[in-house]
Amino acid sequence: MNPPADAPARPSVRLPRFSRAERWVHRTTAALMGVCVLTAAVLYIPQLAVLVGRRELVVRVHECAGLALPVPVLVGLAFRAFRADLRLLNRFGPHDRLWLWAAARRDRRHGARPAGKFNAGQKIYAAWIAGAALVMLGTGLAMWFTHLAPLVWRTAATFVHDWLALAIAVVLAGHIGMALGDPEARRGLRTGTVSGEWAKREHPLWRP
Amino acid sequence: MNPESPEERNGTPVGRRVFLGTLGLGALGVLTAPALQRGLESLAGKDPTGLSGLLPNGGGFRYYSVAASVPDKNATDYRLTIGGLVDHPRAYTLADLRALPQTRLVRDVQCVTGWRVPGTPFEGVRLADLLDAAGVRPTARALRFTCFDGTYTESLTLAQARRPDVLVALRMQDKDIGHDHGGPVRLYVAPMYFYKSAKWLSGITVTDRVRPGYWENLGYDVDAWVGRSNGRTDEPTG
Repeated sequence: MNPPADAPARPSVRLPRFSRAERWVHRTTAALMGVCVLTAAVLYIPQLAVLVGRRELVVRVHECAGLALPVPVLVGLAFRAFRADLRLLNRFGPHDRLWLWAAARRDRRHGARPAGKFNAGQKIYAAWIAGAALVMLGTGLAMWFTHLAPLVWRTAATFVHDWLALAIAVVLAGHIGMALGDPEARRGLRTGTVSGEWAKREHPLWRP
Repeated sequence: MNPESPEERNGTPVGRRVFLGTLGLGALGVLTAPALQRGLESLAGKDPTGLSGLLPNGGGFRYYSVAASVPDKNATDYRLTIGGLVDHPRAYTLADLRALPQTRLVRDVQCVTGWRVPGTPFEGVRLADLLDAAGVRPTARALRFTCFDGTYTESLTLAQARRPDVLVALRMQDKDIGHDHGGPVRLYVAPMYFYKSAKWLSGITVTDRVRPGYWENLGYDVDAWVGRSNGRTDEPTG
């Protein structure tokens, strides 16, 4: 069934990229993150706070969405395809260094940016956003259950929570912006399959 | 089942390092936050563009409302009622309040969530004057404040309410108090966390005991002295 390892993926074929479970992990995580970001904006931006009011309710929704944020990924660990992709996201090969060099030099030629199933940028994004989400969860809990943490920590946790929220907003905007610029990548997450041409162009080292 | 190129399976675990590094930086951020925050605040204090006001802890007031929407009240329809255990209950118009002797105080404002606005002028009628005019009965022990947002409530003991640094404020930052800041009339309790300074004040009821207000029912301290309550150690503002 599989083409030989060195053969390019045949064009006009739909290649399986994400399993149903993986797509649902992404969907639910994105929805929860969206709720976190929107409620955070209402809590933080004065004009929106004036518009919405209901501060206690907004705080409650934000807390619930934040607590639930890691759940889809934890459920995803039960699925073989998801674990396999986590392994691919974790491991960096020599081609990933080339990709990063090309990105740093703003070299947009596909030949300069070799990538397996995930390119180096996607790998770093995945690892960073996972760590950042856990830091947000930890500092968020310290702000929420103030009697559990030593009291001086509350202000410190608020400080980190606020600034990291700003960083996440910027990075997330980049993530969504790149997805908006690549319909076939979005199709991959919507339907689970991508075109052979796209795979060959964007992920030449990927062997589905 | 999925044949992968060897480097994809056996490469360096950079992802794990980035993940753990982010966690570590987060922890380091919490440990160094007090120093970082002081540094940023002194930088923001020198910022002539005012852009730093958009950043976290960028200074200035933040808008908190617990109600869905708050009606606008102005000189024609605003009333402040004083009732409960008093001999002369009455309703004040904005003009009535403006006609009374005004007191101006300049203190820091400290919010229980951490932000602080230095040297903010508030101006208005001493709450003690209004209580004297109303004639508080001997059984009275406390005050309950209600607001025309329909939701918020606050409380003070009678002794706290009679302090000279507790005002029924009409002006803030030397301007009439705007709607977003709780105008036209808000409470101003200088020595306490800012949630005690109820916005959109519309009613004062003298009671025989303290009835905790909105945030106090949600776990905040009733006696909210800055630096001596809510587990915080801020510099007092009294």
